[in-house]
Amino acid sequence: MLVLSRKKDQTIMLGDNIEITIIEIQGDQVRIGINAPKNVPIYRKELFIEIQEENKKAASIGIVKFDNIIKNK
Amino acid sequence: MIVETKHFGKIEMQEENIIIFEKGIPGFEDIHRYGIISNEDPESPFCWIQAIDKPELAFALVDPFAIKKDYDFELSDENVSALGIEEPSQVAVYAIVVVPEDISKISMNLKAPIIVNTNNKKAAQIILNSEKYTVRHFIMDELHSQGV
Repeated sequence: MLVLSRKKDQTIMLGDNIEITIIEIQGDQVRIGINAPKNVPIYRKELFIEIQEENKKAASIGIVKFDNIIKNK
Repeated sequence: MIVETKHFGKIEMQEENIIIFEKGIPGFEDIHRYGIISNEDPESPFCWIQAIDKPELAFALVDPFAIKKDYDFELSDENVSALGIEEPSQVAVYAIVVVPEDISKISMNLKAPIIVNTNNKKAAQIILNSEKYTVRHFIMDELHSQGV
């Protein structure tokens, strides 16, 4: 992993068309601005991990009679 | 073709029911081919997808619009082109279902729906930017809130 130090208002470029700017630093929190082409998906890693975990839970279920669930609610 | 399934033993799977996740499903990135197993009851919003090459891997899916009538989102241009979608009528949408031990807490993931191009059979689980939806919407609550 590449590790860089940056100050407020400084920017990192990833390739030609992605820019990451440090907007604000407050205690242990950093606000980051990202400029990237629309076709680059950007999301918090926690969300991706959450979706992976949810999928693993989904894959571990046994056989269920769904229609009974709905009808017997 | 004959497919070994997690829940239904060996079944005959029609070629047209096989969908391809080129990037896999998050958590299962290496598995690409799944077969859709429809519910016997055509009215049911639930179905399964079975990994063709991994009998122990299957997911229950639900038609999200059947549970949450006002579910809506916009497919990004990136998703549209990755799946080769040419018109809205080619798009099928599913939500992955989780059934915990307490079955009344059955939930569906509306934050990351499964999109299928029914023409070319390409599929992907996409992550929505919208903050409206989460990975865990309780199906019973949704049904109650809509008076179904």
